[in-house]
Amino acid sequence: MSRSSKHPGRSARDLERYAGLFAQRTKVMTSSAMRDLMAITERPEVISLAGGLPDTSTFPADSYAAIMQRVAAESCARALQYGPTEGLAVVKRCIAEVMAEEGTAVDVDDVLVTTGGQQVIDLMCKTLIDPGDVIVAEAPTYPGAIPAFTSYQADVVQVGVDADGMRIDELEATLDRLERERRRPKFVYTVPTFQNPAGVTMSLPRRRRLVELAAERELLVLEDNPYGLLRYEGEPLPTLRSLDTEEFVVYLGTFSKILSPGVRLGWAAAPRPVLQKMNVGKQAVDLCSSSMTQCFVAAYFDSGRWQDYLGSLTAIYRRRRDTMLAALADCFPPESEWTRPQGGLFLWATLPDYLDTTDLLARALQENVAFVPGRAAFLDGRGGSEMRLNFSGVGEDEIREGVRRIGEVVREQVELYGTLTGRPAAPAAARRSEPGGAPANVVRMRRRAS
Amino acid sequence: MSRVAVLKGGRSLERNVSLTSGARVQDALERLGHEVVAIDAGHDLVARLRDAAPDVAFVALHGRDGEDGTVQELLELVGVPYTGSGVSSCIRCADKVLAKHAFRDAGLPTPDFFAFSEAAFKQLGAADALPAIEERLDFPIVVKPARQGSALGIKFARSAADVPGALVAAFSYDGKVLLERHVRGRELAVSVLDGEALPVVEAIPRDEDFFDFEARYEIGRTDYVCPAELGDGVTERVQETALAAYRLLGCRGFARVDLILDAAGVPQLLEVNAVPGLTETSLLPQAAEAAGITFDELVGRVIELARA
Repeated sequence: MSRSSKHPGRSARDLERYAGLFAQRTKVMTSSAMRDLMAITERPEVISLAGGLPDTSTFPADSYAAIMQRVAAESCARALQYGPTEGLAVVKRCIAEVMAEEGTAVDVDDVLVTTGGQQVIDLMCKTLIDPGDVIVAEAPTYPGAIPAFTSYQADVVQVGVDADGMRIDELEATLDRLERERRRPKFVYTVPTFQNPAGVTMSLPRRRRLVELAAERELLVLEDNPYGLLRYEGEPLPTLRSLDTEEFVVYLGTFSKILSPGVRLGWAAAPRPVLQKMNVGKQAVDLCSSSMTQCFVAAYFDSGRWQDYLGSLTAIYRRRRDTMLAALADCFPPESEWTRPQGGLFLWATLPDYLDTTDLLARALQENVAFVPGRAAFLDGRGGSEMRLNFSGVGEDEIREGVRRIGEVVREQVELYGTLTGRPAAPAAARRSEPGGAPANVVRMRRRAS
Repeated sequence: MSRVAVLKGGRSLERNVSLTSGARVQDALERLGHEVVAIDAGHDLVARLRDAAPDVAFVALHGRDGEDGTVQELLELVGVPYTGSGVSSCIRCADKVLAKHAFRDAGLPTPDFFAFSEAAFKQLGAADALPAIEERLDFPIVVKPARQGSALGIKFARSAADVPGALVAAFSYDGKVLLERHVRGRELAVSVLDGEALPVVEAIPRDEDFFDFEARYEIGRTDYVCPAELGDGVTERVQETALAAYRLLGCRGFARVDLILDAAGVPQLLEVNAVPGLTETSLLPQAAEAAGITFDELVGRVIELARA
C-alpha cells in the first residue's frame, strides 16, 4: 500500500477509521437487533405490512406523460433552475387549495415549501432544539420522527394515546412535571388525524384543549397532517391550525399521500417568525426544493383533477382497510385487539402482554410476512406487545394472506403460552367478524394508565 | 495468489452483520492481491460456486445456514476448500445445547442448564417440570433459543411468572430452547486462531441494568477492554478453558469462545462461535490487533489455514 495511514489494515469502509470524527448526535440509539430484523423485511418474497408506502400504481401513465410534456413545453427553463427557498408561488397556491379542502385557510406568505414533510420535522428541530431541550410526542409516535428528534439530541417525552388521540390530561400533567423539573418543552409533536402508527384520531374537545394549552404555556404544536384527506368514513374534524387563533401551531402537510412521495414535496404553514427561521435553516440544507417537481405539481393541479385522483385512492385504501379489518377479525386470536381507523394508512394491534412482537417478527419472517414491532414507536422500550400494520402498500389478496400468516404465528404463540402456564387459550374462532362489521365509531384501543 | 469466493449475506437474521463482515474481508483479500468473487448466499449458491470455481471460499456468513454446517456441507459437495470449521464442528457450535452437553460430558465448566423442544411442552407435558427446573437453577434464569447467534430471543426471567413468556420468545427463533442458570461474573471472549488463544476481551456494560440484553448491543452501551485485566494465572486459565472447548468441538482455523468468569474464578463456558463477527467492532479482530495481527494478516492466515 502506497498511501500513508495510521491504521494501514483499515479500509475506507471501516467505521473505526472515522470513528473519532463523528459528532455525538450521530449516535442514534436504535437497537441493532431491531435494525437487522427490519432489513430482512425488504426481501422480495416477504409480504410487507411493515412499510408506509402509498399506492402509486394507479396513477395514469398517460397523465404523467402529459404533465411532463407540459412542463417541458411551458416551463423548461424554470424547471431546470434554482427556485426561491420558500417555494414557487404557483405551488403555494396549490397548497392553499389542498388546505382549503380540509377547511383550513392559509395565507400563502405563511407557507414554506419543503422537501417532503420529513424536512419540516427536521427544520422544526433545527430551529427550536438545543441539546437537552424537550419535545413532547405521542406514545406511540411516528417511528420516522424519532431519528430526527434524537439527531438534534432532544429529550423526547412521550404522552399516551387512546381511542380519542393524545391524552390531553396526561399532557398537562407532563407539562406540569417538566416545569417543576425546570425542563423546557419546545414543542408538542402530534399526528392528530389517523395517527401514525396507531390509526386513531384526536377528538374535537381534545383538539380545542390542546390549542388552548399551547397558547397558555407558550409552546408550539407541530401538527403533522399527512393523511387528513384520506378519510374513509365519518365527519372531518377541523385541523389544529384552523382552531388556532393565537398562532402557536406549526402545520405540516405533504403531497406524498395525495399525489406521490416521489415528488418529495411537503410544506410548513407556521407563524411568520418561526417560518423565517425555518427558511434560513432550509437555505443551509438545500437552498430550495426541486423546481422540477414543483413545476410538475403546479401543472398537475392546473389540470383540475387532483380531487378525482384522491377520490380513487381513497376508494382503494378504504377497501384495503376493510379487508384488513375483516382478516384480523377472522385470523387474530380473541386475546388481541386493534384500532379501527377511519382513514390513513395504518392500524395498531395490541397482543397479550406476554408476547413480544420483536421476537414474533423473527418468527413471522420465517413465514415471509412482516410488520413493524411496537417498540419502534417508543423511545423508552414500551410497545413490546404491539405492532403497526399498514394497509395501503399491498393489494387485498396480499393483505388477507399476510394477516392470515401473522394470525397463525400469534395464535401458535398464544397456544404455546397457554400450554406453558396450564391455562389453555380460548377457542380460536371465538370472534368471527360480525356481519356488517363494528359500528363506524368503535375504536378498539387499550386505555393506558400512564 | 488465489481466486477467493467470499460468501456473505444469506437469509439468516444476522444478514446485515454478515454483509459488513464480508465487505471487510473482501477489501482485505483485494489488498492481499487475491482475486475476489463476492457471493450473497441465496438460491443460486451452488450454481454460482460452480461458475466461479474458486480455489477457496471465505465463509463470512453468520447464524442459520452459514454457521450451522449447511453451507459447509454444500462446499464439501462442490469440492471447494473453505475457511473455518468443518460440518460436524459447525453443527455442534451452532447448537448451544449440543455444545453444553459436550462441555459437561468432558468435565468442562458450563452453567447448569435444561433444554427442551417445543414438542416436549406440547406433547409430553414438560410444563409440569418447570417448577422443578426453576428450583434447580434459581432466579434469574437465562432463556435462549438453542440455535440463534445474536442477542435476539435471549431473555432473563426474574421470577416464575416470566418463564412462559421468555420461552415463547425463544421458541420464535428455534424449536429448541435452553434454560440456563445465570452466572454473575465478568464477561469474556477468547478468540482462537489456528489453535492458539488470542488476548482475552472483556465486555463491560455501562448501565447497571444488565438484564436488558438487547440494549447492551446498542452502540456505546458496552465497553470492550483488550487485553482484559485479569489476575495472575487467570488469563492462562481462561485461555486454556477456551482452547479445550475449541478442541473438544473440533474447530478449525478460527473461532470465538464466550465465557463468564464466576465469583470463584472459574471460567464458565457459554458458547463457541464457529464464524465470529469480522466487522470493525467485532471482538475477534480486536483481539488479533491486540496480539499485533492486523486485519489483513488475520484474513490471510485464515485463508492459508483453509487451503492447508
